[in-house]
Amino acid sequence: MISGLAVLVADRLVHLSPVDIVIVVFYFALVLAIGFYLKGQANTSEDFFMAGREMTAWVAGLSFLSANLGALELMGWAAASYQYGILATHWYWIGAIPAMLFLALVMMPFYYISRTHSVPGYLKLRFGESSRTLSAVSFAFMTVLMSGINMYSMALVMKVVLGWDIHFSIWVSSLTVAIYVALGGLRSAIFNEVLQFILIWAGATLIPIMGLIETGGWSNLKAQITHNASNEYVHLWSTLGSFNNNPMGIHWTGIVFGLGAIISFGYWTTDFLVVQRVLAAKDLRAAKMAPIIGAAFKMMVPIIVILPGLLGLALLPVKLTGETAAVASGGHSYNEVLPLMLARYCGPGLLGLGVTALIAGFMSGMAGNVSAFTTVWTYDIYKALINKDAPDSHYVSMGRWTTVLGVLISVGTAYLVMQFASIMDYVQALFSFFIAPLFGTVVLGMLWKRATGPGGFWGLLAGTLSSIGMWAWVKLDPKALRYVALSPNARDMAENMYRALWSCLVCFAVTIVVSYMTNARPDSELNGLVYGATAIPHEAEVPLYQRPVFWAVVVASVFVILNIIFW
Amino acid sequence: MHGHGISIWFFIGLSLLVNGILITGAGIWELISPPENRVVLFQYHANVWWGGLLFLLGLFYCVRFSPKRQA
Repeated sequence: MISGLAVLVADRLVHLSPVDIVIVVFYFALVLAIGFYLKGQANTSEDFFMAGREMTAWVAGLSFLSANLGALELMGWAAASYQYGILATHWYWIGAIPAMLFLALVMMPFYYISRTHSVPGYLKLRFGESSRTLSAVSFAFMTVLMSGINMYSMALVMKVVLGWDIHFSIWVSSLTVAIYVALGGLRSAIFNEVLQFILIWAGATLIPIMGLIETGGWSNLKAQITHNASNEYVHLWSTLGSFNNNPMGIHWTGIVFGLGAIISFGYWTTDFLVVQRVLAAKDLRAAKMAPIIGAAFKMMVPIIVILPGLLGLALLPVKLTGETAAVASGGHSYNEVLPLMLARYCGPGLLGLGVTALIAGFMSGMAGNVSAFTTVWTYDIYKALINKDAPDSHYVSMGRWTTVLGVLISVGTAYLVMQFASIMDYVQALFSFFIAPLFGTVVLGMLWKRATGPGGFWGLLAGTLSSIGMWAWVKLDPKALRYVALSPNARDMAENMYRALWSCLVCFAVTIVVSYMTNARPDSELNGLVYGATAIPHEAEVPLYQRPVFWAVVVASVFVILNIIFW
Repeated sequence: MHGHGISIWFFIGLSLLVNGILITGAGIWELISPPENRVVLFQYHANVWWGGLLFLLGLFYCVRFSPKRQA
């Protein structure tokens, strides 16, 4: 295999030595070994799709975070921090921590007590079949599409960074994921995600350590960035009073209400890709602790993502540019900042570990997509609409084949994107259409007893259609940006924030109006589904340091302190 | 998570142990035979101490979560 890899290399950003290649090959061997080892523990549907619901809080929490920590996430946000400065940290702090704590303390009891297998499954219990079908079909469609796009992007990165052939990267990584998930189901995906999480940290932590040694500490780094770019690049909040005063062209209301209140809550509390990991927890307390553990680590991710981007801004002798300019000039793009920093400090062995971290990130994200797709397809589409009364072994078999099929569809999407690159712009937007309204539907379902089935369905549909409508309006008439994003100067990210906010508000409004026009369900039917109709176990007998609320307060306090420090 | 046999933490220990050995070995080789094209801050020999740290962590997890101890 080593000689095979050597044949495939061409022009590249970094050069792997034999020991680096051994490290990468060992990683692939280990994840496959885990898949084969766990095959015997995935015989029932509860085992295959829910990992037997026996994960500890730590395993579920690290897996919850790892499924989100894809390689594109690592490289994309390192690039964003080079481009926009420390503002990119908002996506890790206010854009994640409050939502993760809300999931843990407020929403997790309903997901867990209802014993649902999925987020669409919860909608079925709360609002009926039509809401589930709408949510399941959109989720399944978007998940495999996103998985394919990520696959293509990663293969492109591997070509630029390592010189690997695109087809080789796509097929080797996707088939590896298909094998270990099809064999061991969610348990295998979760085991590997925890391993991948540790490898990501082991491979990426050295960059900020060496970078801070080279710059002489944080104060010197800020001074260097101010010299190379501007003072606006090192402040989290103080530049957000106006759209024009910061590199991102965004206002604090967009960050707080669009990102912090809607997009992050939509993603972290209703995207089944991440929620599925927590549903596999062994009991309610573990299920509540898992997102809190995830939040604690999420707060630290900027160390390995944002800091390398900032260090690149301060230290790299070349000026990085956008993709188009980089291609035209033959230079390096923003997206290459993390590999460039890796190559700057990492010699033989460490380079292999760093590249393994990138591959691990990609595979954990893909395994997350595939296992979530498999569960939603099997439980919420196939079992609900096509074959309701098959034996348990049939659904396990369906899960294994769907895993392989999901990977193949993703590969097909990757090749489609290769032909029509502009699809990526549209699909990123498409995915956001469903997240914000879904949050509105789920949170009203959990917290408001009066919400009815028709209210939930029409609210979700109206929210989604309004989001699509606003996106199309701006596409057809760019002047509409001043209405959708409240400013003609708003950039893409700001537009996404406000579109999410409005679509969620539309979802809320329609759900409330339709609910008042239709008959409410009796409380007895809402037990385990809604606040006020569900007996939530008390934790009075548990010591303070073992209570989720205690650790949530600790994480929230650190979150506030960090925002003040980097204000 | 050690419900049915080998703990996930053992696999993680194994991964860190093997990577630690390989990275430290590569670092020691560079000490003996310094390369012509050196990385920035080569004088700190990051692969020696970072690899050593991974090795020690891996060893701890392998021993602590050894399948024999868990049995």
